[in-house]
Amino acid sequence: MTVNRRTPGKRLRSFLRDWSLPRQMRGESHKGAAARSSASEQLRPRLEEADKVGTSICPYCAVGCAQLFYAKEGQLIHVEGDPRSPINQGTLCPKGAATFSLISNPDRLTKVKYRRPHGTEWEEVPLDWAMDRIAHLTKKTRDETFVETLPDGTQVNHTLSVASLGGATLDNEENYLIKKVFSGGLGMVWIENQARV
Amino acid sequence: MAQWDLANADAVLVMGSNMAENHPIAFRFVMQAKEKGAVVMHADPRFTRTSALSDIHAPIRAGSDIAFLGGIIRYILENDLVFKEYAVRYANLATIIDENFIEAARNEGLFSGWNEEKHSYDFDTWQYQGMVIPSALAEHYLDTAESYSEMTKRLHEGPPPDDPTLQHPNCVYQILKRQYADYTPEMVERVTGCPKETFLKVAEALARNSGPDRTAAICYAVGWTHHTTGVQMIRAAAIVQTLLGNIGRPGGGILALRGHTSIQGSTDIPTLYNMLPGYLPQPNAFKPQARHFDQFLDDETIPTGWWHNFPKYITSLLRAWYGDSVGPENEWGYQWLPKIVGDHSQLAMTLAIDDGLIKGMFLLGQNPVIGGSNSKLVERGLGRLDWLVVRDTDEIESANFWRKGHLVQSAERRPEDIGTEIFLMPGELAGEKAGTFTNTHRLIQWHDRVVEGPGDSRSELWFVYHLAKRLKALYANSELERDRPIRNLTLDYRAEGPREEPRADDVLREINGYTWPEKKQVASFKELKADGSTACGCWLYSGVYPEDDDNRARSRIPDGPDGPGTHLGWAFAWPANRRTLYNRASADPDGKPWSERKRLVWWDEAEGKWQSPDEIDFEPEKPPHYRPDWDKKPEGMDALGGDEPFIMMPDGRSQIFSPSGLKDGPLPTHYEPVQSPVRNPLHAQQDSPVAKKWAREDNPLHALGDPRFPHVLTTYRLTEHHSGGTPTRGVPHTAELQPEGFAEIPPELARQIGVRNLDWIVLSTPRGEVETRALVTERLKPFEIDGRHIFQVGMPWHFGWEGYATGDIANVLTAVVGDANSSMHENKALTCDVRAGRIRRSRHRR
Ligand code: SF4
Repeated sequence: MTVNRRTPGKRLRSFLRDWSLPRQMRGESHKGAAARSSASEQLRPRLEEADKVGTSICPYCAVGCAQLFYAKEGQLIHVEGDPRSPINQGTLCPKGAATFSLISNPDRLTKVKYRRPHGTEWEEVPLDWAMDRIAHLTKKTRDETFVETLPDGTQVNHTLSVASLGGATLDNEENYLIKKVFSGGLGMVWIENQARV
Repeated sequence: MAQWDLANADAVLVMGSNMAENHPIAFRFVMQAKEKGAVVMHADPRFTRTSALSDIHAPIRAGSDIAFLGGIIRYILENDLVFKEYAVRYANLATIIDENFIEAARNEGLFSGWNEEKHSYDFDTWQYQGMVIPSALAEHYLDTAESYSEMTKRLHEGPPPDDPTLQHPNCVYQILKRQYADYTPEMVERVTGCPKETFLKVAEALARNSGPDRTAAICYAVGWTHHTTGVQMIRAAAIVQTLLGNIGRPGGGILALRGHTSIQGSTDIPTLYNMLPGYLPQPNAFKPQARHFDQFLDDETIPTGWWHNFPKYITSLLRAWYGDSVGPENEWGYQWLPKIVGDHSQLAMTLAIDDGLIKGMFLLGQNPVIGGSNSKLVERGLGRLDWLVVRDTDEIESANFWRKGHLVQSAERRPEDIGTEIFLMPGELAGEKAGTFTNTHRLIQWHDRVVEGPGDSRSELWFVYHLAKRLKALYANSELERDRPIRNLTLDYRAEGPREEPRADDVLREINGYTWPEKKQVASFKELKADGSTACGCWLYSGVYPEDDDNRARSRIPDGPDGPGTHLGWAFAWPANRRTLYNRASADPDGKPWSERKRLVWWDEAEGKWQSPDEIDFEPEKPPHYRPDWDKKPEGMDALGGDEPFIMMPDGRSQIFSPSGLKDGPLPTHYEPVQSPVRNPLHAQQDSPVAKKWAREDNPLHALGDPRFPHVLTTYRLTEHHSGGTPTRGVPHTAELQPEGFAEIPPELARQIGVRNLDWIVLSTPRGEVETRALVTERLKPFEIDGRHIFQVGMPWHFGWEGYATGDIANVLTAVVGDANSSMHENKALTCDVRAGRIRRSRHRR
């Protein structure tokens, strides 16, 4: 956009000559040349600025609409339906169309919050500390409650005291690793997700 | 069926789903079918936008679906509308069942085999005459002391007994006739409240649009699954579709419309207690044959059909998990797999937490305070845990119940009283992490990592991987046998970048499977072996990464407008990229398409193989006239004929009658919901005799006919919100579109209690009370039953106290009650009371 330093008369003449509305009112086609103005001539699509485009899938429901993610300098700048998809052909429903707002929502958590037993407030803690503490607690509870055999000698090799809930919003690879580590590695049996919700 | 295949249907019945609002983009294909002349029907308690766009709306009482579908089955049988050539040849319609079998309809609502003492069924009389038919994943033979596998060996000796004339009194056809004889249009009207004329229109349209030349589709969602009879509702639909010949054919089938983006993936690769990846059973300590791996294999391997390959899949899985540390000498690490000892589903978990059995918990992208049944019980339990890890994108209710929850607000507890140590950790979303989702029609679709999640957000892959690394370090010096699984667990994924993000493609390569120890990708599950020479994380997904640099989930080549429309180049569908399951059934027994109009698969005699624009869900070179050589006691696929398309079944046939796999009956029969205001009009047995009720002080259920809870309550979802509401209530766009909780009540009830639109009302059940705004509407029709006028009330369950769009939690009202087969709750049909006003005068709002 340029700054307009001209006189009011010149501005009016420029308005009548250049702006699209007066020309459309004079009968020029609103679908053709009269849709343009000197301002619109200079407009560029925002997506042109993207330095990265990726293929994605809507994070909400299981219809599986495909999306295109556009980013510039590591920041997401746009999300839209992927026109190639045989499922959504570029369309998205109100939830899918909110994906950009969901990801760039300033209210999102960015730090680990910790609430100590009987605490009344959240405390912010370093990610590394939290990971160490969680590993310690997981091991402690597992070790204290692990059962190798039932009284009749049947091997069970499990803990009934650690549970995991969730998975339907996650990737297949994540579900795989949860089941592998929690069940195959630690012997947890209470592993469930939204499939029964 | 693929969602886009709905456009090829000649009739679509949407039932147990509000598809237009909850799966809007999939509903486009229904609309495309309608534009081409298809009849669209909606059977549902609520009149929604799905109804508005349908040709017929059949209003039914919540929870009466089996009566409606049973009525359709009877209509098909009585009017001789069965697609006989299909159902006799491809299903067990002609099969003869044990002579001692008795239908529930002739036995006060109980099938033969009811064991009052054990309060469960014995399954002997549900078997084929003289032949035990096993089912993958069935828990049936828990009580069978002797080897169950011996009993199923007759499958090697010859085909099941049948009577193709359908005259034998115990053939499935005659059993069906008896079981559904009472489901007359008049009875359908009496039980469901749907006018019989409307019911008949639906039945007639489905039948008219089925046959060699036409196909009909049925779409369902949680409106069917959320019942104590949910599995049998889906079975009833499968029976209708099998009788009409609508499975495995273009525009035909049953489409499950599932909720979360990868709910299907997390079922296939289950974060579920009773299965291992690819629908392999998690060993159960109470199965006598599960003590040793060889017995487990013997018992779980079905002699005939595709599941005969079971040993290859389980051995490859154990190799993938434990690498070189396992082999025949230590049962491939079988004993390291934890054995289940009962129901460890979410409902049972809710109680186990409250009872103090569970002490530590991970919540990975799930918000049970909103989505779990009996929400106050859920909250109380979370407050009894020693520790809780919550990983999500927002501060969800399940993370801050200790300061904003019901118990604190009602002063039942103070935060200081709650001892749970809580970690609330930021998670990443698709686009910030790479990986695959599996959509509702089995399509595995990759998403790229385009940006990084903000601050300390990490993927669950990162979390579990780095937690496992830490645990491995902590256990590194342990000599204990019980610590060997975690020590030996393979974790060979490349981790990259400053965050050390594990590579999702490495995990997907393992899921696909490779040779061991060379790690050369296998092209499909057909290459898997039972000797430890292959490792595979989920046999069913094999083929998604057939070569080291070929990620088929990322393939994005749709068919053009003139293409066949199977879109084989768009992502990868399990199994083996097949888009229509059991598609051999789209050809007649001789291998010719049933009609040109419904052509999908055909036998090419010249080439000696099956042809199709789809991948063929059958042995590619088995001719239609192949017959098993019974003298050789054939195993696996050799025991299925070239005209038996249902290859996952031991007899290659669709199971109209299901001899095993179900705990509540081999056929559906109408039971009332556990919390129902009416007596079962069909038989003495009121509700499912095996429903899981868990009635106890903190999960009270009322007796039948309790005048305090006279109305039917159903819960449901809205277009603009998603499940527990985390990704929509706190997002301005969606919150603004649907800003506040409400409940739908009919005008007549509103008048009775003196309430106008938007006034406050209180809904109550034995579990609790919620207050919300009244949306007075005629959309939920009252119904008459046995001279009584009964109202139906509906409440969306997305809301909670966090975010911009808030409201009371509907699940405060619901009960921990479940389907015997699936442990699915019953939040689509229960009872409640409604009164004007609010619960409390001043209320701490956020
Ligand atoms: S855009 Fe809508 S219909 Fe499509 S996947 Fe997302 S939530 Fe589902």
